[in-house]
Amino acid sequence: MSATAESIRLNLTPAVRYVLRVADTALIHAQRLAEWCGHGPVLEEDIALTNMALDLLGQARALLTHAARLEGQGLDEDQLAFLRDERHFFNLTLVEQPMRRSSAHAPGGDFADTVLRNFLLAAWFKALWSGLMLSNDLTLAAIAAKAQEETRYHLQHAGDWVVRLGDGTEESAARVRAALQRAWPYTQEMFVDDAVDADAAASGLGPARSSLCVGWDAEVAAVFGAVGLAVPPATPFLSTGTLGRHSEHLGFMLAEMQVLQRQHPGGRW
Amino acid sequence: MSEASQEWPLWEVFVRPQPGLDHKHCGSLHAADAKMAVQLAREVYTRRQEGTSVWVVKSSDITASDPADKAMYFDPMEDKVYRHPSFYELPESVNHM
Repeated sequence: MSATAESIRLNLTPAVRYVLRVADTALIHAQRLAEWCGHGPVLEEDIALTNMALDLLGQARALLTHAARLEGQGLDEDQLAFLRDERHFFNLTLVEQPMRRSSAHAPGGDFADTVLRNFLLAAWFKALWSGLMLSNDLTLAAIAAKAQEETRYHLQHAGDWVVRLGDGTEESAARVRAALQRAWPYTQEMFVDDAVDADAAASGLGPARSSLCVGWDAEVAAVFGAVGLAVPPATPFLSTGTLGRHSEHLGFMLAEMQVLQRQHPGGRW
Repeated sequence: MSEASQEWPLWEVFVRPQPGLDHKHCGSLHAADAKMAVQLAREVYTRRQEGTSVWVVKSSDITASDPADKAMYFDPMEDKVYRHPSFYELPESVNHM
């Protein structure tokens, strides 16, 4: 066995950070969704969830490749995905939260969590891609235009499920409400600006997160309104994954995700 | 997987492979309603760019011929070659019908 791969060090300009936030959110969201592979509640839904995971992975790959280009050291998507430490991932904290997925050896999970998370994130991505399609970085604009079609489908799929569960039985409605309570505190991070956002907005690279709120609110209100789902009150909690400070869950995910490339640097299958 | 797949009705899926061609039956799936059936058909049957349009029909809405009637329905056509338009010379320009 060859030596364990060292972590890479990035030249984190504001533009690189900005693109990595989007790339990592797609990548970690994809990795979590992929946990459903072979465990979906029905065969058709299993295929749907893993298809969406693959869409997100494709978006992440394009964005990581672009981030590497902006970063300038000649790194590639694999090195960015597999050789960065937890502190150098900049995804929204919501996507790294456990899936609460039931399986043969871990019963008691909840499909409502997956459905609701997918919905909240798809609505966010839709607003984000709309802004990024106007980027003066033409590669980023092209990635956004392609991703938007995938995201529109994810939003429809997840939104229909929120309605189906929210409007279903008393139990399914209660589960969606509980899932919303769990996810909601992490949504504040989706719309809070910092210097990276300000820089991107000023340079025309992409929208500041605060500007995504209007479009997101409209999507959420339309679906929640259809099933009488009330938005929980805001909390003072603000998660910090986009700053590289993560919840306790990301480290475990990365350990599993990165182990092969760490132990067999550059290995291809 | 779970009992849900037994509770959800079965749908037949028809995919149009290219504009101008007919929708072609390609399989079936379980879904709670028609909208979900179209979405899941997209996932299950067009994920490798097989189609440009999808139809779904509840399997229970299809009326099929009885296999027991096969001899009565289809076999009498066997010896009626004159029903095939193969005795005409086609002009070259329409030879690729």
